[in-house]
Amino acid sequence: MEDLKKRLTQPSIESKQEWFGKLISYLAMILIGGLVGIILIFLTLKGIALFKDNGVGVWHFLSGTDWQPSHHHYGALPMIVTSFSVTVLSGIIALPLALIVAIAITEMLPERVYQYLQPLIELLVGIPSVVYGYLGLTIIVPYLRQVFGGTGFGILAATCVLFLMILPTMTSMTIDSFRAVPQKYRQASIGLGATRWQTISRVIIPSAKNGVLTAMVFGMARAFGEALAVQMVIGNTTVIPKGLMESSATLTSVLTTGIGNTVMGTASNNALWSLALILLVMSLAFNLLMRLSSKKGAR
Amino acid sequence: MKRIITMAVIAVIIVSLGVGFAAAKKQPPREKVTIVGSTALQPLSEAVVKNYQKLEPQTSITVQGGGSGTGLSQVQAGAVNVGSSDVFADQQDGIDEKKLTDHIVAVSGIVPIVNSRLGVDNLSLKQLRQIYTGEVTNWKQVGGPNLPITVINRATGSGTRVAFEQVVLKNGEHSVNAQEQDSNGTVKEIVRNTPGAISYISFAYLNKSVQPLKVDGVTPTAKNITTNKWQLWSYEHMYTQKKPTKATQEFINYMQTKEVQQKLVEKANYINIHDMKVQRTVNGKTSVKE
Amino acid sequence: MRPERVDRLATVIVLSLAGIVGMVVFSLLIYILAMGIPHINWHFLTAEAESFSAGGGIRDQLFNSLYLVVLTLIVSVPLALCAAIYLSEYAPANRWTQGLRLAIEVLSSLPSVVVGLFGYLVFVLQFGFDFSLLAGALALTILNLPILTRSCEDALRQVPYLQRQAGLGLGMSKWRVTTKIVLPAALPGIITGTILSAGRIFGEAAALIYTAGQSSPAINYADWNPFSPTSFLNPLRPAETLAVHIWKVNSEGLVPDARAVSNGSAAVLIITILLFNLIARYAGHRIKQHLTK
Repeated sequence: MEDLKKRLTQPSIESKQEWFGKLISYLAMILIGGLVGIILIFLTLKGIALFKDNGVGVWHFLSGTDWQPSHHHYGALPMIVTSFSVTVLSGIIALPLALIVAIAITEMLPERVYQYLQPLIELLVGIPSVVYGYLGLTIIVPYLRQVFGGTGFGILAATCVLFLMILPTMTSMTIDSFRAVPQKYRQASIGLGATRWQTISRVIIPSAKNGVLTAMVFGMARAFGEALAVQMVIGNTTVIPKGLMESSATLTSVLTTGIGNTVMGTASNNALWSLALILLVMSLAFNLLMRLSSKKGAR
Repeated sequence: MKRIITMAVIAVIIVSLGVGFAAAKKQPPREKVTIVGSTALQPLSEAVVKNYQKLEPQTSITVQGGGSGTGLSQVQAGAVNVGSSDVFADQQDGIDEKKLTDHIVAVSGIVPIVNSRLGVDNLSLKQLRQIYTGEVTNWKQVGGPNLPITVINRATGSGTRVAFEQVVLKNGEHSVNAQEQDSNGTVKEIVRNTPGAISYISFAYLNKSVQPLKVDGVTPTAKNITTNKWQLWSYEHMYTQKKPTKATQEFINYMQTKEVQQKLVEKANYINIHDMKVQRTVNGKTSVKE
Repeated sequence: MRPERVDRLATVIVLSLAGIVGMVVFSLLIYILAMGIPHINWHFLTAEAESFSAGGGIRDQLFNSLYLVVLTLIVSVPLALCAAIYLSEYAPANRWTQGLRLAIEVLSSLPSVVVGLFGYLVFVLQFGFDFSLLAGALALTILNLPILTRSCEDALRQVPYLQRQAGLGLGMSKWRVTTKIVLPAALPGIITGTILSAGRIFGEAAALIYTAGQSSPAINYADWNPFSPTSFLNPLRPAETLAVHIWKVNSEGLVPDARAVSNGSAAVLIITILLFNLIARYAGHRIKQHLTK
């Protein structure tokens, strides 16, 4: 009797497994969360050193337009403006095109096309950014110079390169979110007598909206953080751009150019880390904004 | 059955890893030397290391880039054995040069370059200065075609830029705020593709894709550098802590030998340190070597 | 306008725009291949890189790229998969989960340069890994986690809830349901996500310059002992990958045939990704067959 009671009340194999499964998935999550935490703390500490140790005002740093670390002028506004415009422009161009390609592939073309195209799209994601930068330098910049005059370097050239770079990522993720829309929705819509375009525009896009927004966030985040390719075509001049064809500099391009030539712990090096912090804060803010807007839309 | 096979495979892997670990432990300890710093000097160091490893297989030497600033800060922090740099340690903010020992391992010439279709092959030092301070903005003003000048500067704090500005600019003058690029290769590519562009690169990177400029009629050659007739040059340094490890010292000695300097350094289009008839101090004062 | 007309018009516009975009992107791909393939030959693939004479190959770089991808996937796939299981199966829908999700997306917006420098200061210096494949793999894991977790989670979520209910109804634990029913069904999606992220790892340079390093010391392909310092399998040796090599040759390459080496390497990289892609797909197909048998 005692024995039976014990056997009935002791945890079953299933619940042990459950316990084990929970443990490792929680552990993984804690590990990732911890990693993010450490990176954030690390970047914040590094980033505020300029304001704490070198006595540069935060506002002065954010609103100053003169960036000459060797002469102790730390004004990051030109880079903030440029980074922002390059990212938004390339996102604005890439999003509708990614949508169109995704619609064509998932809703209009036969399934086989998707099977052939998918590996190719994944291939494009893997092209190193240096190669994009080099193509930009040898093809896009001279072309822009011929069409618009000037040097050809600048925001427009960077936008073109970034747009090409993020398009595959965005398209691939958009396709995934379209395919995640249950087939029932399409059947119901068609069954009600809607045309294909009505189904796409009224049913599929709205229900895939969250996925599309995520694709946009991922794509633009990549554009925002891209350094090597942008550095080759943007021109790297730390002035507030007056036009799309003016050579200017992004946060990342200044960061990559400068980091190897400064000594850790000096004001000029701290200033670069502050740029990295701005980069992080801006993408965080951007991320939150997208989330908020998608939530509002869902209601 | 399946389970037994899996277990057996895992056991075999673990045992072989253990044996491997023990075998690796038994090998005589290898001296490690890590060189970090100047990306421009990296190809040369790599080639020297390749030869050195044949002579001294027990020393394992790693060459990494990362930039002169990184090299100097890491050698000062003691994280690496050698910090290679294109600038003197005192020219770099935040480095206490008294803690470090300077070893000069090569001399690098710097040459102004322009797009090859421009049709300009000589500038005076004054014209070069005017271009880099922004006084002159069109090639027409210095005897070229009517084309705006696209000035491309090197990254702030990079060795090439420090050496260039020391010679070209007067005291207290700033360069015009212009495009900045970090690497010799990218600069060359931009100048090759942009009509009206001017910049400067190390001798080692010069090739037919761009047009080198004479300054005041002097041709940029190794011979002119050894006598300082061509003033645009800089030292390539390898900094160590005051008391480097034996292996580190031995490698640097090897790099400075006449044999390496003649064979590899000259082949890479750097200038042999033993050929220099002049020497230069941190402040840019050049004097004749005794 | 009548809906049918709109439909037809929209179809034409969408298809033609998609066609144009496709053309542009594929001509890009073909351009890169056409520039590089003439330079690829057996010697190029099997010779060591040269410092300043022409005729160098990419043997070590190619191997390092592949090995680094494998190492990174070994670290990041289990981590991302467990995290995705947590997010899709266990996580309660509250603020805390939202915060975690946001944290992962924050990782995705970290520029790779910053990840590289973080890896340099933490993995290379603090943990004492030196410039090594391991430090590189960890840095790449940071870059890789967000997109991998995201696609794993999506794949898990797409498995119909009915299948889980069936399993749970039979008295299986949630964990068993997840590993035995949900995971096999989600496998194709997980594999696609992994390949996509692997492509990004192949192409990443900025994060590796400061972690895996940009030079390869001589390595011995006959030494299979991963603890031996010269072994090609040693994860603690510095390694230059193909993407880093392209960057290095373009920025500070002294070799006279830098252009050709760079183009050839880019083409090799693309072909490698393609092969990797096809093999992974085939393997995934086989595993799925095996699991659903």
